[in-house]
Formats: sequence, structure tokens, C-alpha cells
Amino acid sequence: MKSILHRLLLIVGFMPTAALADWQLNLTRGVTSISRNAYDLHMLVLWVCTIIGVVVFSVMFWSIFHHRKSRGAQAAHFHESTTVEVIWTLVPFLILVGLAVPATRALIHIEDAADADMSILITGYQWKWHYKYLEDDVEFFSKLDQDSNRARMLGSGEDPASVENYLLEVDNPVVIPVGKKVRFLTTANDVIHAWWVPALGFKRDAIPGFVNESWALVEEPGIYRGQCAELCGRDHGFMPIVVDARPPEAYAAWVAEFKAKRAAAALKQDPKRAWAREELVTHGAEVYAARCSDCHAADGSAVNGSAPSLAGGEVVLGAMDDLIDLVMFGTGEMHAFGGQLSDIDIAAVITFARNSFGNNAGDDLQPVKVAEFR
Amino acid sequence: MSHAAAHADHHEHHHGPAKGIGRWLYTTNHKDIGTMYMVFALIMFFIGGAMAMVIRAELFQPGLQLVDPQFFNSMTTMHALVMIFGAVMPAFVGLANWMVPVMIGAPDMALPRLNNWSFWIMPFAFLLLLSTLFLPGGAPAGGWTMYAPLVLQTGEAFPFLILAVHMMGISSVLGAINIIATIFNMRAPGLTYMKLPLFVWTWIITAFLLITSIPVLAGAVTMLLTDKYFGTSFFNAAGGGDPVMFQHIFWFFGHPEVYIMILPAFGIVSAIIPTFARKPLFGYESMVYATASIAFLSFIVWAHHMFTVGMPLAGELFFMYTTVLIAVPTGVKVFNWVATMWRGSMTFETPMLFALGFVVLFTIGGFSGLMLGVTPVDFQYHDTYFVVAHFHYVLVTGAVFSIMAATYYWLPKWTGHMYDERLGKLHFWSSVITVNILFFPQHFLGLAGMPRRIPDYAVQFTDFNMISSIGGFAFGLSQLLFLAVVIKCVRGGEKATDRVWEGAEGLEWTLPSPAPYHSFTTPPIVR
Ligand code: HEC
Ligand SMILES: [Cu+2]
Repeated sequence: MKSILHRLLLIVGFMPTAALADWQLNLTRGVTSISRNAYDLHMLVLWVCTIIGVVVFSVMFWSIFHHRKSRGAQAAHFHESTTVEVIWTLVPFLILVGLAVPATRALIHIEDAADADMSILITGYQWKWHYKYLEDDVEFFSKLDQDSNRARMLGSGEDPASVENYLLEVDNPVVIPVGKKVRFLTTANDVIHAWWVPALGFKRDAIPGFVNESWALVEEPGIYRGQCAELCGRDHGFMPIVVDARPPEAYAAWVAEFKAKRAAAALKQDPKRAWAREELVTHGAEVYAARCSDCHAADGSAVNGSAPSLAGGEVVLGAMDDLIDLVMFGTGEMHAFGGQLSDIDIAAVITFARNSFGNNAGDDLQPVKVAEFR
Repeated sequence: MSHAAAHADHHEHHHGPAKGIGRWLYTTNHKDIGTMYMVFALIMFFIGGAMAMVIRAELFQPGLQLVDPQFFNSMTTMHALVMIFGAVMPAFVGLANWMVPVMIGAPDMALPRLNNWSFWIMPFAFLLLLSTLFLPGGAPAGGWTMYAPLVLQTGEAFPFLILAVHMMGISSVLGAINIIATIFNMRAPGLTYMKLPLFVWTWIITAFLLITSIPVLAGAVTMLLTDKYFGTSFFNAAGGGDPVMFQHIFWFFGHPEVYIMILPAFGIVSAIIPTFARKPLFGYESMVYATASIAFLSFIVWAHHMFTVGMPLAGELFFMYTTVLIAVPTGVKVFNWVATMWRGSMTFETPMLFALGFVVLFTIGGFSGLMLGVTPVDFQYHDTYFVVAHFHYVLVTGAVFSIMAATYYWLPKWTGHMYDERLGKLHFWSSVITVNILFFPQHFLGLAGMPRRIPDYAVQFTDFNMISSIGGFAFGLSQLLFLAVVIKCVRGGEKATDRVWEGAEGLEWTLPSPAPYHSFTTPPIVR
């Protein structure tokens, strides 16, 4: 509330003392040739309009002040002149031709996406973006960051001003190298979106079933923010874009780091490596809760008319091979899970069962062993 | 122009209006129907305005305080549909109904029963549309442009939306046919085309735009309907269709639609400025030709609403050139209005004030329109608040201001009373100031990068949004003054003379004030 009052006071006083960005009046010059062309054209047309406006309105207001009845003005009777009509048709036409020349040049430049150094396929989803680097084999989703997302909820009670880059921050920015011509291929998965970063100088629709082409050659490293610009449903206002432009070496480092992290994450999911018992038990508990607890009780006790007790059961604590066989291929009412669960899941849930519900087998089952049963 | 037989309608008393509600339900009288259109438009103006207030209230500060984003989208969608199809278009049709017959010396519209029907479709169309606010899933929220595939995600409101659009369309086309039939067949003897008042001229052209473009919209929304319910894939890429095709079809309707909402305004302003400058309209013929060229161009510029869909370069160039070309005939109109004022003997009653406000502010909207037409920069402006500012300058300070000007101008003729000039002027000044506080900052917001149709925004857009909202609330309140003036004038007031305004020219001013229920039952002779 206090901040509203503060703002209102500022507004009433029209004091542009708040953060400078709060009073941005004009288009950004941006960081690409495209955005600079757009800015220059914008200023050109703006000045032409301003000059014409000033001339026309001056004549009009001069007339309003001097040719008024209260000043005793007598109405003249003239009401046509082909000469002036021709003049004020031709002069604007020529001005327009003058504007069309640089505009055409700029447009041809924008549409020339040839000879790009790299390409990124951008796919719009309700309500996030997916980026796929075609040459560098990198891909990821990018969506509104957690802080903004929490603060933007109806009645969240959080002050948006306390969130840095409110609504303009994502979890995974799209990193690009500066000084390289990057081609953006835009498409969408559900409805039409539009990918827009003002500093790059354009927006392009992302249309399901079609691939659009645009490009940018960013000249300065930096973080450039934008938003989806085409109404795409409920959370249209909440799918920002963050471009992180880095020097080529830093970009290459980012790609390498991305791949290293991905490999590490994949390694974590590798069935061939040796798994610690704790790891298996933790993961097994999740699998059990998700897949077994429909029939077996959460604490492993017997369920009337359904599954037997797993606490201290002979099968559970019996020969490992029989147990694997049972879980993978089922028996009676017990489903065959071999087709539904991965080697890791099966190894984990069995290890979990043998070491929970008061069971204390003290051993573990490795995923590689499960694989032998397939 | 000279006139006769204006007061000769003595037998009017034998068939005056029927009594009670039946008068309004069954009426075929162009004045009754015109009045109903105007009242309907005024109601819709306030309903659409209330929705705008919700929008501006939510946008007053960043964060979501009042409504769910989905409801916000419903508000922007419904605000546009209500204002375009419910307020502006019916207001112009109402003015045409009232004024075209009396301006051309005809006793009524050519097809009076059709006239009754075209009006009575409208309330039902809007009953359908507004009822969606109470449906599970809410009102349509995919934007008034109804882009596929988003609009196909609409819930139960979807068939209501399509049917409502169809009904509005039928109403408009029937109205347009009627206006053309009236003007072509029922002009007073001697009233040749090049003597027609410009309001009549602009309506001929508008009516042709309606007849040509509305069926295209009807086709587009029917395809949406079959895509949703009957398994077609017109706009579904997975089925071999093309979502962009919807936009092409929609804007082939949509751009002429823009001129449907502004050409009659040109006609109104061209009637008012000469009256209060006490000097004939400058360049009458070039005004007619300019209007016709704008109408022609309006059919070959549609894709400037969708430059960002990724058209071939040649297409983008074509639509850029045709678009900026519209500035030429539009400029001609503005220059002619200024030349009309030049060396006139001006007074500034409320209609004139609104007309002058129109000339200045519509021109500003025209300038931003020219800027938007420059494709390489449109890639920046498109779908931002810059566009919102642009079309509100041409539609609110353009179309709506002209409708208000027309109301003040002809209200004495309709009611027989002068309106309260002091209140009228207050209404003008409060409107013209607040409307600029409302919309001018939106230019800055758009340039600074704020997209349109978002319920919440980054904090750097706060200040201008607050200013804009404050202007919005004040503008909304100012319109209650308008309501007050109209009600007061209908109820009574100083008796209006037949001519009402010293400089008024044209057949409508030869009738008594208020205009009799039946007028020109014997045609006046125009020399
Ligand atoms: C559709 C219900 C159902 C689900 C789901 C289910 N089970 Fe069973 N389970 C049974 C039934 C019934 C039996 C008894 C089968 C028999 O002996 O006929 C059983 C038996 C067993 C036994 C042998 C117990 C004993 O002492 O005889 C083990 C071990 C077992 N289940 C583990 C699992 C695990 C681990 C999961 C999850 C991956 C699982 N079950 C999911 C129904 C289910
Ligand atoms: Cu989107």
C-alpha cells in the first residue's frame, strides 16, 4: 500500500526520479542491426509525422483563434481548388515514397536469414518455450522462474517489486554467442505464440505445424529479456524469454558445461553402474508408493482378501532369484511388472521391500542383475 | 439546395406512433428504429465500458489483485466484441436510420419491415454473447480476433460466440442492404449523387464494405464451428489445414471493418465543421473520391495486421506499400476539413468541439497507423500497447467522438429541445482531457516493450499503467455526464428552432423540431 501511495505521489508530481527504466518513453535501440534499423526508421517516421502534425495543427489552431465569429470573422465562400487538392495529394505521396525506400531496404535485410552460423529451433507451448540447438545438440525447456511464479498468483500477498526481474526471468535462459549469425526457427506445439525480444529487433509468430525463420547477430554480450507476444491462453502473460548473449568462448564453455551436466544426470540413471543400498531404498520407496500400494498396504501388512503381508514374508526374504521372478512375471493376482518398470525401479523396489516393514535382509539388488532376467 | 413541403405533413396525426411496448416491437418507422439502435448502442457502450474498467483496475499495479488471468482475457475479448459490434456499429446504423431518409427527402427507409428485423436481431445476439459470462468455463477469452487454434479451446461459450457473431453479421448486412436500397431509390427529385450530403455518401460506401466483408467473417467463423464440432481441419495443421489461413480470412473482413467504423465518422465531421464554420465544405468532390479510395484500399491491406506470421518478402512489401498509401486519401480529408475552417466564422458549440477533437486526435491515431504500417518497425510494435493506443485513438477519439458529436448535433432535431450546452461542454472537456491521460501513455508502454492482452506486467511498466488507469476511470465517469445530458434533453429544455444551428444546411433542417413521426411524405424538390 505504501508503495502505491509513493508511486501516486510521484505520478502526481510527474517527477521522473524513480528508476530511470520506469519512464522509458521510446523504442530500444537494441543490440542488432535489425533493431537499429527499426529504431532509425521509427525515429524517421515519428519526425515526419510530428512535423506534418505541427504544420497542420498550427494552421488549424491559427484558424480556430482568428476565424471565430466572436472576433467578428466573416465567412469566406471559397470551397474548392483543384490545384491545392493535387498538391496535398502529391506531396504526401512523395513523402511516403521517401519513407518506403529505407523501409524496403530494412525489410530485405531482415528477411535474409541465409548463411547463419547456427540454428535454434524454438517451440512454443502453453506456457513455456522449448529450445533446441540444431548443431550443438542441446535442448531444454524454459519457463517463468519460481519467484515470479509465486508472486504472480492471485492474492499471493507478495509485492512484485520485491522480485528481481518480475515476470521477465526464466529458469533456463537461451544462451547464444555474440558476433555469430543465429537463425531462429519458430514453431509451436499447441496454439500460436510469438517470440519477441525487443533488443533483437523483431518478433516472429510460432505457429503449430509451420516453421518460421528469423535471425539475429547480437553485438554486445548481455541479458536481453522479452515475452510471448501473441495471446495464447490463460497464462499468455507468463511465458517470458531471456536471451543470454556471451562471447563465443563463453558460449562454447556453456555448451560443454551443459553437456557435462547432462552426462552426469544420465550417469545417475545408469543401470550399469554400482548402486548404493541407501540410493536403492530411497528410490524403491517412491516406486512402492506409486505402483505397489494399490494392493499392498503402505506398511507392508496384509490386506484382507487382497495382497499378503510383505513383513517377514518367506518370499520377500527368500531366494533373490524367485523374488525377482515374481515381481517381473507375476503370479495369480500379482501383476507382472517386468514390462512396466525399469531395471533400476525393480532393483530398487525389491531392495526396499527386503529392508523395510521390519524386514532386515541387509542386502541389495543391483539393476544389472535384474537385466539378466529379461 | 432549396426545399419545399417540409411542413406539409398535416396528416401525420392520423398515424402517429402506436401506444405502449407494441410501438417499439412492431415499428417500421425509421425514426423509432434509429432511436432504438442508438439507445441499444448507449447501453452496450456502458456494458463494454464496465469491462474496460475491470481491465484498467487489474492493470492499475503489477501483480494480480482482482481477477483470474482467464477472466481477464474474457474481459478484453468481450470488451472488444461489445464495443465494436454492440456500440459503435449500431450507433452508426442508428444515425443512418434516423438521418439518411430525412437527408435525402425520403419518407422512410426502402425496406421498413426488414429494418425492424435487422434491429431486433441485435438484442438477441448480445443476449447470447453476454450470457456466456455465466457459463461454466466462462466467456470467450481467445481475443475478439478469434484466432485458431486458441479459440477452439473455448469451452461451452464457443457455439454461443459463433452464433452471436452470425446474428450480428446478418443484422449488419440487412441494415446495409436497406441503406443502399434507400439511397439508390428514394432520393428527392433533383438530389443527384454529387449533391448528397457526405454523411449519406460515406454510408453508401460503408454499406458496400459491410455487404462485401461480413459474409467473409461468417465463412470464417463457420469453418471454426465445423473444425470444432464436425471434424474438419480448415485451420488445423495436423489435419492438413492452416492456422494462418484463418487470419487471412479474418482480416480480409477485419480491415474493411475498421473503415466501416470510421467512414460514417468522416461523414458526420464533414457535416458539422461546415455548419459551425458557416462555410461550405471544402473540396466536396475530393472528399467523395478520397472516401471511395480509402474503401478500395481497405480491401488490399489486410495482412498488415499479421506481418509477423512470416509472409514471403514480396507479400510483406506489397502490404506495406498499400498500407502506407492509405495515408494519402486520409490526409486529403484532414486537409479539406482544415481548409473548411480556414477563413470561416467559427463558433464552438459542443458538436463542433467534438468534431475538432476528432480531427486532432483521429489524426494522431492516423500517424501511429502510418508508423505501424512500416513493416520492419511493425515487427517491434506489433501486439504491444502501441497498437492498443493506436486503435483506441482512431476508435474512441475517432469513431466514438464522432458519434457524440452527431448526437449533440442532431439531438435538438430528434427531441425538439436544446441540450444543456454547459453540461455538454463539460462533457467534452472532461472527455478530451481524460481520454488522453488514458491512451497517450500507452504509446510509451508499447514502445518500452509491454505486450498487449496481459493481465500482469513487469514492474518497470507500473507508472504509465497507473496514469492510464486513472485516466480510464475518469473517462468512464465523464461518460455519465453524456448520459445526463441526453436524458435531460429528452425530458425537456429550451425549444429548438427548425434550423437549430445558424449555419446548418440540408433537408433535415427544413423539418420542424422535433422531426414529425412521418416526414417528406411528399418529396421535397431539390434544385
Ligand atoms: C494388483 C495388486 C498388486 C499389486 C499392484 C502388487 N501386488 Fe504383490 N501381490 C499381490 C497378490 C494378490 C499377491 C499374492 C499372489 C499369490 O501368491 O497368489 C502378491 C504377492 C506379492 C509378493 C509375495 C508375498 C508373499 O509372501 O507371498 C511380493 C514380494 C509382492 N507381491 C511384491 C510386490 C511389489 C514389490 C509390488 C510393486 C512393484 C507389488 N507386489 C504390486 C497383489 C499385488
Ligand atoms: Cu505464448
